[in-house]
Amino acid sequence: MHDANANRAAQTFATLTASAVLVNPVGLHARPSVKLTQLAKGFTAKIEIALAADGPWTDAKSPVKVMRVKAPQGATLHFRVAGPDGEAALAAMLGLVHDGFGEA
Amino acid sequence: MSSLRPGNVGIVIVSHSPKIAEGAADMVRQMVGDAVPLAWTGGDVDGGLGTNVAGILEAIETAWSPAGVAILVDLGGAETNSEMAVEMLPEDRRARVLVCNAPVVEGAVIAATESSGGSPLAAVKRSAEEFYA
Repeated sequence: MHDANANRAAQTFATLTASAVLVNPVGLHARPSVKLTQLAKGFTAKIEIALAADGPWTDAKSPVKVMRVKAPQGATLHFRVAGPDGEAALAAMLGLVHDGFGEA
Repeated sequence: MSSLRPGNVGIVIVSHSPKIAEGAADMVRQMVGDAVPLAWTGGDVDGGLGTNVAGILEAIETAWSPAGVAILVDLGGAETNSEMAVEMLPEDRRARVLVCNAPVVEGAVIAATESSGGSPLAAVKRSAEEFYA
């Protein structure tokens, strides 16, 4: 019984990382930021973005913080995801960037 | 104006200028979409620059949601008239309407973005107010 409790408490989710190049002309400005935030909010997983592989990391579910990243076209956007739906979240975020946020 | 997802927090935009209020609402619709109840009001009762309590009450009614309503205002009278409108609401609605301390255009877009993700009223207000943080 003690072991079962310990296992439950220790349950964690692997942190997944990936990156994608911003292809849309305006980069991660207002409208793409809103889309990215809205998509991120649909997942339970913790989702963060950064302009470098070692951070600093920004909460992808915060519209104000995402807009402050001000990533230009051609920049590489790094994602760091952890949670029960982490894989689906990461795939969806990468898809959004690859598709140029629907405006490329 | 009705919403497809009435569970999301409603957004009300109050400006001295009806053009600014309408334009900010246009930005919200274009950038965030239709998932958020939204209404705007601006101008005094004679059609000049200003705000009026009746117009704000009507906008709150239009954007009403069981999750509450966040109001974005521009200057002085827009804020005091909004607070007056909130005080005139039925008691059971009063606590579910908050005036945000945020820039009217940017705050409206951010608040609506937060609301569209299903966030509660307090989170919607907090997110809009991050602009001054």
